[in-house]
Parts: sequence; C-alpha cells; structure tokens
Amino acid sequence: MPEGDTSLCSAVGQCGNQVGCRFWDLALREHAHVNKTGVYDDALSSFFRNVDSRKSDGGACGFGGRIQHLKARAVLVDMEEGVVNEILQGPLSEVFDSTQLLTDVSGSGNNWAVGHMSYGSVYREQIVDKLRKAAEHCDCLQCFFLIHSMGGGTGSGLGTRVLSLLEEEFPEVCRIVTSVYPSPEDDVITSPYNSVLAMKELSEHADCVIPVENQSLVDIVNKIKHMSDGGKPGLTIRKDSSIISGQGGLRGAEKPFDAMNNIVANLLLNITSSARFEGSLNMDLNEIAMNLVPFPRLHYLVPSLTPLYTLADVSVPTRRLDQMFSDAFSKDHQLLRANPKHSLYLACALMVRGNVQVSDLRRNIERLRPSLPFVSWNQEGWKTGLCSVPPVGHSHSLLALANNTCVKSTFLDLKERFTKLYRKKAHLHHYLHVEGMEQSCFSEAITSLSSLIEEYHHLDATKGKLIPDAPRLSIAR
Amino acid sequence: MSVVTVQLGQCGNQVGHELFDVVCGDAHDGQRRSYCSVSRERFFHQTERGDLVARAVLIDMEPKVIKHSMNKAANSGRWTYGDDAHFSQKQGSGNNWANGFCVHGPRHEAALEELVRRQVERCDRLSGLMAMMSVAGGTGSGVGTYVTQCLRDTFPKSFIVNQLTWPYGTGEVIVQNYNSVLTLAHLYGLSDAILVHENDTVHGICARLLNLKHISFGDVNRVIAHQLGAVLQPALTTDSHGLYSRNPLGELASALVCHPEYKLLSMSTVPQMPSASIAYSTFSWPGPLRHLRQMLVSNSKMEEGIDWQVRLPAASERSRSLTGGGRGGGRGGGGAAAAAIFNRSLANLLILRGKDVYSAETGGFEDPALFTSWLSPRDAFSLWKSPVPFNKYEKSATLVSNSQALLRPLDDMVRKAWNMFASRAYIHQYVKFGISEEDFLDSFTSLEQVISSYSQLS
Ligand SMILES: Nc1nc2c(ncn2[C@@H]2O[C@H](COP(=O)(O)OP(=O)(O)OP(=O)(O)O)[C@@H](O)[C@H]2O)c(=O)[nH]1
Ligand SMILES: Nc1nc2c(ncn2[C@@H]2O[C@H](COP(=O)(O)OP(=O)(O)OP(=O)(O)O)[C@@H](O)[C@H]2O)c(=O)[nH]1
Ligand SMILES: [Mg+2]
Ligand SMILES: [Mg+2]
Repeated sequence: MPEGDTSLCSAVGQCGNQVGCRFWDLALREHAHVNKTGVYDDALSSFFRNVDSRKSDGGACGFGGRIQHLKARAVLVDMEEGVVNEILQGPLSEVFDSTQLLTDVSGSGNNWAVGHMSYGSVYREQIVDKLRKAAEHCDCLQCFFLIHSMGGGTGSGLGTRVLSLLEEEFPEVCRIVTSVYPSPEDDVITSPYNSVLAMKELSEHADCVIPVENQSLVDIVNKIKHMSDGGKPGLTIRKDSSIISGQGGLRGAEKPFDAMNNIVANLLLNITSSARFEGSLNMDLNEIAMNLVPFPRLHYLVPSLTPLYTLADVSVPTRRLDQMFSDAFSKDHQLLRANPKHSLYLACALMVRGNVQVSDLRRNIERLRPSLPFVSWNQEGWKTGLCSVPPVGHSHSLLALANNTCVKSTFLDLKERFTKLYRKKAHLHHYLHVEGMEQSCFSEAITSLSSLIEEYHHLDATKGKLIPDAPRLSIAR
Repeated sequence: MSVVTVQLGQCGNQVGHELFDVVCGDAHDGQRRSYCSVSRERFFHQTERGDLVARAVLIDMEPKVIKHSMNKAANSGRWTYGDDAHFSQKQGSGNNWANGFCVHGPRHEAALEELVRRQVERCDRLSGLMAMMSVAGGTGSGVGTYVTQCLRDTFPKSFIVNQLTWPYGTGEVIVQNYNSVLTLAHLYGLSDAILVHENDTVHGICARLLNLKHISFGDVNRVIAHQLGAVLQPALTTDSHGLYSRNPLGELASALVCHPEYKLLSMSTVPQMPSASIAYSTFSWPGPLRHLRQMLVSNSKMEEGIDWQVRLPAASERSRSLTGGGRGGGRGGGGAAAAAIFNRSLANLLILRGKDVYSAETGGFEDPALFTSWLSPRDAFSLWKSPVPFNKYEKSATLVSNSQALLRPLDDMVRKAWNMFASRAYIHQYVKFGISEEDFLDSFTSLEQVISSYSQLS
C-alpha cells in the first residue's frame, strides 16, 4: 500500500483536459528524470497508481516494487468527446482507463446552465461513482485538484457541479481549484455569464482557487517568443526549459494552447512538488489553505512563477537566485493581470524548488518585505516551503501564491462585462430555457461577486493607514 | 529514577533525538562510574544484549520525521529508539492546533497512552515525564497538548514537564501565534514546569557564539540539547548528601515553580563556543559566572553584547520601587528608563559542572535584590553541582530562571495573536475542528493573567 499522501485530479471541459494532459505529461517526465531506478515510490504515488496489468482486477502492486503500469489518479470529464479521445489516441492513453472517463457528445454549448443543471443532474450518480472509485485507490487522500475554465459551459458549469459533489462526498478533503479566466477578447460571447455564475460556486465550495488569466498567459508566451526570436542580441531561450516547451515530453506536434497550458501545468507541478518530493521544509497541501485563507470566501490566491524567461546568459549565481525572488513580485511574472505590489497582501506563500537554503529564504524575505504592503494584522504573513528537487532543466524555481487584494481588478472587469450583457438581457433565454435555471441564479451570482469585491475593498481601504494595536483584554485582579 | 520523554511533531522528534545523542555521548564509559550509571538509568533502558534504548515515545501525524530520527539513532551505533515506541499516521495536522487537539489527539488517545504506559512500566522508578514539542505547528502543539492532558489524568502524581520550542518571529507558519496561545494557555493548567527555548535566541547563539554560517535545524537543536542536558544530567543538590540526586524533574519543579501562576522557565548556558575552540580554551569560574549573573540581571540572552548598564537597585531604592511596579519588566521599556529596569526573578537554579566546582563563588546569585520581596533567597535560589565536565566543556554553568525573561516574547506572541483575533482572521479554520471564539477568549484571558502576574513581580 502506498504510504504517502495522495491527491486526486479532476479535469473538466476542453480547457481542463488540455491543461491536465500537459500536467500529467510533465509530471511523468519529471519523475522519470528524478527516479532512475524504476521503483515505484512515495513520490510517484501521490499522483499515480502502480497497477499490475497481469492481475485481472487491476489491483495495485506494492510499494518499492518495479513500476509496472502507471495510472493517473484522475477523473476526466467532458461533455464532448473530442479532447478526451485525442488523449486516448495519444501517448498518454495508457495512463487512463475507461472507468476514469466520462464523456458525452454534444458539449454544453458555452452555457453554464447546461453544464451545471442539465448534465449535472443527468451524470450526478456516474460522477460520484467515478470519484468514489478513484478515491478508493487512494490510501490517504489528502487533496482534490479541479482543473477547468471559467468561460465555456462544461468546465464552468459541470466543473463547479463536480466541486460541490466533492464537498458533499468528501467534506474533509481539501479542494484546490485551478480556474482559467477568459480574456476580454474571448471568442465565447457568453463567457462573462458563465464566469460569474461559476464564481459563486467557487466562492462557496472551494478551499482555495488559483485563478489564471488567459490574457496573462498569452502575454507571457508572446514575450518569450519575442525573446527567442532574437529580440535582444545575446539572449536566447534555453531549449530544454520545461516551462514553455513540451520538448522531451511524450506528445507530438504543438497545438495552439500548448505553450500556455505548459505554464499552468508548471504551476501545478510546483504546488504539488512538496507533496511529491523530499525537502528540508515540507509544505503539506492542507497547509496552503490553513496559512493563506484568513476568511472563508477570500480564498483566491494569485500565482506567479519564476523563472519564466530563462535566459542563457548566466550571471552570478546568488544574484540570479535573488533575482528569482524579486521577479516573483513583478507584474510580468503574475499569471493574472494584476500588480500585487500596489495592492494589499493578506498572506503570501513561497514554494521554492531546487538547491535553496533556509537562509536564502530569510534573506530574501527580509529584503523584499519593506516594499510589500501587508495587512495590519498579518505583517509577518509568510509561509515557506523548500523542495530539494528542481524542475527539469532548471537549477531552481519559485512559485508564489499571494492572497492579495489585486484579484479584485479581475473580478471588477468580469462584473463589468457581465453587466453589459445582462443589462440588455442578451442571450439570457438560452439559460432560462434550461430546467432548474432561473433569473434569480443570475442576480444571486452577481450579488455574490459584488459582495466578494466589497470584502476585498474593505481590506484595501486599510492599506497605508496606521492601525493601532487592538486594545488588550483587561484582567480583573 | 528515570525520565520518560515524549517527542511530538517534527520539532519534538528532532530536538528529542539530539537530546538523547548528547546525554549518551556525555555519559560515556570513561566517565565516573556513578555519574554514568545514574545518567544511563535516567534516559535509557538496556536490552539483554546490553544495547541502550531511549526511554522515549515518538509521536507524529506523518511518518517522515520519525523514520528519519529512528534511522539516525540506529546509525549512531551507540543507542537506538525502541521498535515499539513510535506512533505515526499518514498526514500531519496541517499547522492547525484544533486539528491536532480536537481530532488527532482524541482519535488516537488509546494507542498513545498505551505507548507511554509501556515505557513507564519499564522504569524501576519514574521521576516524571517530559513532553517535547514546538508550539507553532499543529501536531506538536495540538496533539502535544492533548497528550499532556491525558498524561496528567493517567499519572496524576508524576511530575510532567513540557519542553517547548517557540517559533522564529517571522515564521514558517502564519498562524503560529494562535497555535502558541492555545498551547500555552492549556499547558499552563497541566504542566508542572514549562521549559522554553526561543528559536530566534538559539539561532543567534549559533550565529554569534558558534560562528556558524549556514545554520540548520540540526545546529539549533544541538544547542537546545546541550542546555537541556546540562540541566537533566546527574548533579548533586544541597540535600542529596553527596550522592547524585535521583529525581531531576521533581527537583527542577520544586526548585523553580513554587507558585502555579509562575511556571515559565528560560535557560542560559556559559560558555558556548565553536567545538574546534574548546580544546584551546582555558576555563575558569569567576568570569563566566559574572557574565551569567549580568545576563540574568539585564535579560541578555547570550554571552555577547551583554548590557552592563542595567543594575540591581540598592537596598534603599528597593522599598520605593515596590509601589511603582506596574507593567514594568520586559514590556515597553526603551529609552533611559529601561536602564533602571532589571529582570526580576521569582526563583533561579544554577547548575555548575566540571573541574573545581566546589571552589566556585556563587554568592552574587543570592542577592535578595534579584528576587521578589516575598521569597527569601534561601527559598528562591538553588545550586546543583557536578564535578564531571559536561559535554566536552571543562567547566560550564547553566542558569534556569523563573523570571521576567520570557515576558517580552510572550507579550509579543499574545499581542500579534490578539490583533489577528480582533479581525477574526483564520478563526473559521479552528471552528471547523471544534474550537470556538469562546475557547480563544479563554486562552487569551489566561495568558493575559500570566503576563500580568509576571509583570507585577516585585
Ligand atoms: N488556457 C487555455 N484556455 C482554453 C483552452 N481551451 C479553451 N480555453 C478557454 O476556455 C474557454 C472556453 O471553455 P472550454 O474549456 O473550451 O469549454 P468547455 O468547458 O469544454 O465547455 P463547452 O465547450 O461549452 O462544453 C475560453 O475562454 C477559451 O479561451 C486551453 O487548452 N487552454
Ligand atoms: N528548533 C527547532 N525548531 C523546529 C524544528 N522543526 C520545526 N521547528 C519549528 O517548529 C515550528 C513548526 O512546527 P513543527 O514541529 O514542524 O510542526 P508539527 O508539530 O510537526 O505539526 P504539523 O506539521 O502542523 O502537523 C516552527 O516554529 C519551526 O521553526 C527543529 O528541528 N528544531
Ligand atoms: Mg468543450
Ligand atoms: Mg509536521
């Protein structure tokens, strides 16, 4: 039986599955790089089972034995077949079997209500069943990862339905959601509706949400391309970097979203690295919410990843290390279009991989602290993790998760786009047709979003003010 | 008599390992026979083959740390942990005191009690139990508190001492002040004595006295183990009639904790130096003891940068300061007034180990001005001695002090937690496991009481 903590991923919708696909691909590559012995170990067990294909029941084989047949601890859901079929025809096909998949043919037509209400009701039992089966294979289930987009119908609608089912079925297991937010110029006209409807579910049922904006991913990918096309003489992108290129992975030709999805997949690799590998300062997945979420609904954690722009010009090592810490707080390393430095930090986690010491962490926190505004009651709101295994092709990397009021700007944008459509009642009838869907769902969703924004706003308003210590309890003597 | 150690959580299991390593290495065969055998009986039992097995129980909610400590002990070739003396689960308490105290503790109560009972039954005579843990995480703090509570019930007559590691100011755990407040408030009602090590202080000793560049937890833990060992190894007390005293925990508690409102003990040891320098150093008693006394008076935490400005009041001033007390002590201070404020003690224990202990002059520690007016130095000061050099130091002196020394860090801890509590930040994470706002308020109230008691010492 595996000994370590295990996590279960659920990818829902096109985007969810395409990102998930990159994650499992890169995770396998990372383990292949680290684990040269071919022995199934703690590290592998957190996201993969080792199955003996000769046993008819598909029973798992023990720990410390040879890797037989790795199966991802995952449930893939899409209401179209396209993406999942593509995965099954590709090199990752072996990692999944049919009990882990759930598909339909027609998709949710970019309609949250179809995903959440219609498919949600039809497939409820099947989804629960598949989740339970997958969970049974986990000896100690620590965390669920849900991957989905906010803009379409399946990921946003059915994805958030899966989320509330997880809460019902496994109330004690932490739920971390990676949500891909649409850019303002998104093809999906109804994406503001879908996103706002999904937001209410995320606010109520997730332990942590890690929002990623497609526009930020596009900007990062463009900047990297620009640099590698020789934008500046002397600077070249390292070809073996796992951050943007999938080279060395299992798959074939690049598809449009691949470069973007690799970034998200790397984010997931870094969050989970401490659960998968050894380190001198381990950070359990359940420590993320405990340390970063001071109020139940304020659980949106802005991610930034460094290095993103891996350059060939190697400067002095420690300077490069310190640069990595500085970059994590700069605007162009955020996976959300926001500037945390100009807003208020409620808490911040630094998850470091590679050959980095506690003293490096302390030095950099001390160095950066003065320039970062923290909320009055959490001036020392830092949580740190050190994992000794760096990502493939790098000496070290850093993922920062900031509970920062700057997410507000993304939510305000979304609210504005929603209101523009909603005022004209545009496309509303497509939603109201769906059984179970009522106008009140819209008003409740936008109210929920507005009050969330308001909560961030309140905290923001305390920024820069000198807040005196709370008067202490007086003791009767 | 023997001490059963209970190591809890990552910190407890790592510090505990270093402690056994130090006491085992210190009481080696070349030492005086009686010292060695008393120490062995205190910390180890012997298998039929003569192997030393620590009288310890290892508890954590995740397996990695315990596995590591057990392997390290086994590889030392000198001692081991018992094969039947550890308990771990798959998943830690996630830095949540409530998860440890309300969920993991009660769930595994029977198994944990059984482990401790088994160790206790192996002792011919039990001196007491020592629980070692950090206060900042979830397992050591939460499960540790729960286990201490169970031990109190199961062994109502035994001495129970907690050894606590207080977190770095800027920590690895954001909710560390909450966890610390909950732990301390609960332990205050359970424990006979609470021995505190502050990570920041010990880190400072590693950096400035031991000249270490890259400081690891291992380095920090060796310093803590050195100080603990200096207290717990065999020593002669005033009324042990030339024999090594048998009951280290009981004697510690009765020497230092004479009133249940006051049980926070801090520690300093002199000298501490890089191990390479020990061989080339000359040791004497008067210099280090003068330093140690001024460290006590001025609340300096290490033998460097001692504040020599702080002086005890002359006898004439003393009667006046009795009325002007207020929240003096460690709190606030600063500026010119601070020079007048000295660290007042309730009780102190001085332990001298090494050559010529009997000629050491310790009168300075018996000055009535050091202590409260309601205890005479005869009751408030204790002196233990051992002629056996400890842990490679030809001479060393350790002071365990029940004084205002921990007032400042305790007050900081409570202030930060209280500020957070004022916004109710993170409270839902505790409510989830059954700790309510009321429980928090109770804990704050009892610690404010402790703070007030210590600051009003006069
Ligand atoms: N980053 C990224 N975004 C994607 C990807 N695929 C789709 N998107 C974005 O996701 C949104 C559309 O959602 P999809 O995931 O395609 O939709 P779905 O969940 O499959 O739902 P339906 O197609 O309506 O059934 C748009 O904002 C797209 O820009 C992808 O692979 N990566
Ligand atoms: N001195 C010292 N402090 C440590 C050590 N390990 C952890 N700490 C401190 O302990 C606190 C964290 O508590 P841990 O003991 O790691 O937590 P735990 O009891 O295992 O609880 P969970 O991991 O939350 O289940 C922090 O303040 C650390 O600085 C150690 O080996 N030595
Ligand atoms: Mg689709
Ligand atoms: Mg732990």
